[in-house]
Formats: sequence, structure tokens, C-alpha cells
Amino acid sequence: MENLIEELKHKIVEVLNLEDINVEDIDAKDPLFGDGLGLDSIDALELIVLLDKDYGIKISDPKQGKTIFQSIETMAQYVTDNRTK
Amino acid sequence: MRNVFIQESNLVSPLGFNLDENWNSLLANQTGISKINSLGNFKDFYAARIDDVQLDLMLNKDFVGLETSRIEKLLTLVLLPLIKDRINEQTILILSTTKGNVNALQNNLNEAFLSILANQIKNKFKFFTQPIIVSNACTSGILAVNVAKRLLQMNKAENAFVIAVDELTEFVVSGFNAFQAMSNEICKPYDLHRKGVNLGEAAAVMYLTNFTEENGLNYKILGEGNINDANHISGPSRTGEGLFLSINSAFKEAKISAKEIDYISAHGTATIYNDEMEAIAFNRLGLEDVETNSLKAFYGHTLGASGLLELALACKQMQENTLIKSLGFEENGVSESLNILTQNQVKEVNIILKTASGFGGTNAAIIVSKNG
Amino acid sequence: MDKEKLYIKSFCQISNQEVCLNDELIFRSIESDFNVFAKEIYQKFEIQYPKFHKMDALCKLAFLSSEFVLNQNYNSETAIILANHSSSLDTDVKHQKTIKNQENYYPSPAVFVYTLPNITIGEISIRHQLKSESAFFVDEDYPIELIHQQAEYLIKSGKTTQVLCGWTEYFQNNYQAFVYLVGKEGNVPLESKFIKERIINK
Repeated sequence: MENLIEELKHKIVEVLNLEDINVEDIDAKDPLFGDGLGLDSIDALELIVLLDKDYGIKISDPKQGKTIFQSIETMAQYVTDNRTK
Repeated sequence: MRNVFIQESNLVSPLGFNLDENWNSLLANQTGISKINSLGNFKDFYAARIDDVQLDLMLNKDFVGLETSRIEKLLTLVLLPLIKDRINEQTILILSTTKGNVNALQNNLNEAFLSILANQIKNKFKFFTQPIIVSNACTSGILAVNVAKRLLQMNKAENAFVIAVDELTEFVVSGFNAFQAMSNEICKPYDLHRKGVNLGEAAAVMYLTNFTEENGLNYKILGEGNINDANHISGPSRTGEGLFLSINSAFKEAKISAKEIDYISAHGTATIYNDEMEAIAFNRLGLEDVETNSLKAFYGHTLGASGLLELALACKQMQENTLIKSLGFEENGVSESLNILTQNQVKEVNIILKTASGFGGTNAAIIVSKNG
Repeated sequence: MDKEKLYIKSFCQISNQEVCLNDELIFRSIESDFNVFAKEIYQKFEIQYPKFHKMDALCKLAFLSSEFVLNQNYNSETAIILANHSSSLDTDVKHQKTIKNQENYYPSPAVFVYTLPNITIGEISIRHQLKSESAFFVDEDYPIELIHQQAEYLIKSGKTTQVLCGWTEYFQNNYQAFVYLVGKEGNVPLESKFIKERIINK
């Protein structure tokens, strides 16, 4: 899962245009929304597209996002459990 | 500054090819939204679409060539009956649209420029002036009327045609889908179980003057405001700040207060956030008891056409002293309640408020009076 | 100062890899790619606004040009009236690409939100907390008279005391911004000639 966590860190920085943030500075347990990386509602929707495009996971209820995207760690776990690609 | 009057309007939509047909459909509480079998890659979703076979039958073949885009056909059809002998050398033409002929992106990029569409209308109807194009998300329709009103107030011209249009396109449907903003059933503005928008398409026109007309409506524009939330580019302000300030600015200009408003034609897109934001803004202004409806469950969200379409129908409700049920609403689903119309209602209406909000944090409000 | 007359308080041009403020060159780059050029401006002037990187090219152009003008003359009621020729077509084309192939169909909300030209105004409003009147117009050339009439109306009706006006055009690496702040005071009288000398029309 370590590789997946690193992979997700890179993808998030790239897809969400977090140019002022270094991948090395992101902790897998940091909250993605609110404090921590401070992502917003559009970012949450982008992450849903990312899960579909790169891992074949479709999220139909955006409210699920709250638990899945709590941190990179929870995201990695969800991807590991549900990926079809 | 001169007074500005709304004289006449027209509509082309899934509910009719002129204003009266639309009005009769509304009176019968008939929706224009249906299940669309397919639009590009989208299948089985709810939206309001104008029937192409019927559209073709309505068009005057002398006026419309083979190369005419569908969107230009819609504008031509809606504008033609209002032209009469009204165009002079200063007559203003304003086009309100968010995406114009965006379908052209599929095969001819150059045709997608909004000025191409505006000039097609200018040339077809022989306007003398450079067309003005307002592209300001979903407040474009009202903003276009407000822009025209200001020019007429300053006597830069005596009259203006405001036209508005947007089509139902895969371009827009795919985007709203990516925002998870679309409902999988007919939308329910302000309702507890609302799940999002239905998209729609329509064309509308409104004729304005800075003089009174013997046979015109002579409905006076009392005030307006178009103020930004400065909060977020896709979500509305939680306190409804921009909408509050827009309506307040309109009140100030009109020199009236909330208690003089007889009816509100609200934006009511049926997203969780928009409807909640409106409820908060209206309550902050003391408008919570005013009869209110959203027409989005009749027409879907027609984007750049919505402000003008709904303003035209607000004037029609005022003309008929009959308010239309806010279709889709059953149980209150906003934290501060509003007086949402649960059935058609006969009421003497003299002053109306129309509002809209949109992406980019934009908001617009306009107050119109029957009696000057 | 004539009470009826309007003046330009400050103006900024971004075109041809140069940034000029009040006719003075403040930055020049050898970089021909607009997005890279924009990032250079952002870093050179230490702007520190992470949302900048999420913006599309048109919004970056509008954001940067207005940044220099508003920093000197901040007023929370500043209205914003912008115009261009291409609307949001540059980003529209990008969104269109994401829906072209059924096999690779992943429209992006972050791209789609920029398929409206008034988002430029939204970004500027958020950055400077301007809860004010605004409008976005589209035309082949900068509609000087229309914009000035709207600005005149807003100031004379008392709805605002200053208006940020301008042309922010971007399409496939062809860009030009000329924005200026209009009010009842300033060094330069508001005249069409002044604007025409600085905006390159087609």
C-alpha cells in the first residue's frame, strides 16, 4: 500500500494543481479537507473523477466522499478494496 | 434619467412556441421536462427539450436557410413577431447566452464565437447598431435587461430588444453531471427531497422602451442590482450575501420596501445549496411571506435564457393577476421557510421581484411595476 | 476636477510577454507560453494565492492584470466590467476534448467550471473581497462606449464609486489584457482615444 500512497500523493498534487505544495510534505494521515491540504468542493468532485478514471471506481453518492477522502491513507485503503483497474 | 418600460415579450420553449401557448401550459401545470432517451453519451435523463419536428414546422422557410444553426433558428422564431416597425438607427440589440452555438465545437470552432451568432441576428433583422452580448452565467438574462434599462435611462437609445437563448447540449449536460448536480427525476425546488437540477433549453425576447406605448404593457422597471458574492466560483454564499445586496440595491433604487412586493420569481434550481441560499437571503430581507415560485420544474434550468424567460412569465403572471404553482414543491426543505406557491393562485399583483444567481458568484435582481 | 467627468486612476497591460503598469514596464519575459509567463509573474511579484494555480489561462490573465491596479487603489465597492472576444472558448475546447470519445469519457468539474467567461470576475471578486456590481460582455473588439456608459451609470447612480473596466482576451496562447480603474478622480481623463491607443484590435 506504500506505493499506492506515494502514487496518490503525486496524482493529487498534479490533478488538483497544488503547485505550492511539496509531495514530501504531505503526511498520509493529514486531513485532505478543512485544515491540512484545505481542499474544496470542486476538488472533492475531481477526486471522484480520478477514482473513476485511474482505478475504475464509480462513486454514485458524493456524500460517500466524506469518509473516503478523509486522508490519503483512507483513500488508499478504499482504492485497494474497490479498484477494478 | 428616463423611465424604462417592458412592453412585450415572447418565448419559444418545450411548453410552446409563443407566450400564450407557454402561459396555457403553465396554467394547466404541465411540465416541459421529460425523460430524454439520448443526448450524445447521455441516456435516460430528465431534461426539457424543444421538439425538432415541431420547431421545423414553425419556421418561416423564407427567413431561414439550410445552413442556419438550430440556435439561430430558435432566436429567429422568438424575435420575428416582435420586430414590427420598431427598429430605428439607435435601437439596441442585446443577446444573453452562456454557451451560444457551443455545438459548433464539434465540427467548426469558428462558428462557436458568440459574436457570430449575434451578428447573424443583427443582419437578418437589419439592426443598425453593434449587438451587445452579455455572457454572465445564469444571471445573463436579467443582467441583459438591466444593461438595456441603463442605456435607455441615459437616453442612448429609445428602445431595445433583449434576446436570450441556450440549447440543451452534451457539452453542458456532461459538465453538470461531473458536478453531480443533476437530479434523476423531475426537479423539486425548495423541497426536502430535492436532488439537483434538470437542464433545459429555450429562447426568449423582451422589448423595452423609454416611452409609453398605447398598446404596450408599460410595465416600469423600478430598480435592479447585480452583485457578486465574492465567496466561491461554483458554490453560493452561505449567507446569500450577493443576492441580499442585489435585492437591497434594487429596493433602494426603487424606493420601496419588502412589503410592497406582491410576488417573487425566484431562481430555485433545486440544488441543496442554491435553494437554501435563497431562503436565507429572502428571510434576511423580510420577504419570507411573499408568494414565491420557481419555474425550474416546468422548464428546467435554461441557463442564459432562464432570467429572461422567467422575467417574461413574471410579467405575464402580473398581467393576469394569476400566480403559478411552484411545481415540484411538496414539503419545505430549506432552513428558513418561504411562502412557496403550492397551487395556482388568483391575486392582484402590482409589483414583482425577479432574482437569479449563477456560477462565478453572480446574482441579479430586478423589480417591475404594473402601474408606473 | 469636473464633477461630471470621469478619470482613469490606474491601468495595466499584459501582452507580448510584458507587463506594464501606468505605461511603465514592470516585467518582461522571454517565455512565449502564456501559462509559464503567468507563473513567472506570480512568482516575481510574490503573489501567494494558491488558488491561482487552479485557474484557467483566461482567469490567470484577468487576475494578474487586475492585481496590479487594485493593489494600489483598493475599495471594497469596486465594480467590475470586463469584456473579450473569445468568451471562455479556450477552456471550452478543453472540455469538449474530454467528451469526444466514449471510450475515454472523463469530463472534469475543475475544467467545466471555467467554461464561463464571468468566472474571471468571480476570481477577482473573491481575491479582493469585492461584493459589487459586475458584468461580462463579449464582442469582436473592445466595446469602449458600452463599457464607459455602464461605468458612468454605476458611478452617477451612486451604486459605486469606482469601476474596474477592461479587455481580457485569451485564446490558444494569443492573449491581451488591458484593465483600468475608473472613478471621479485621477490623472488621466476617461477618453476613448486613450484606450484605443493601448488596445490592439483585430
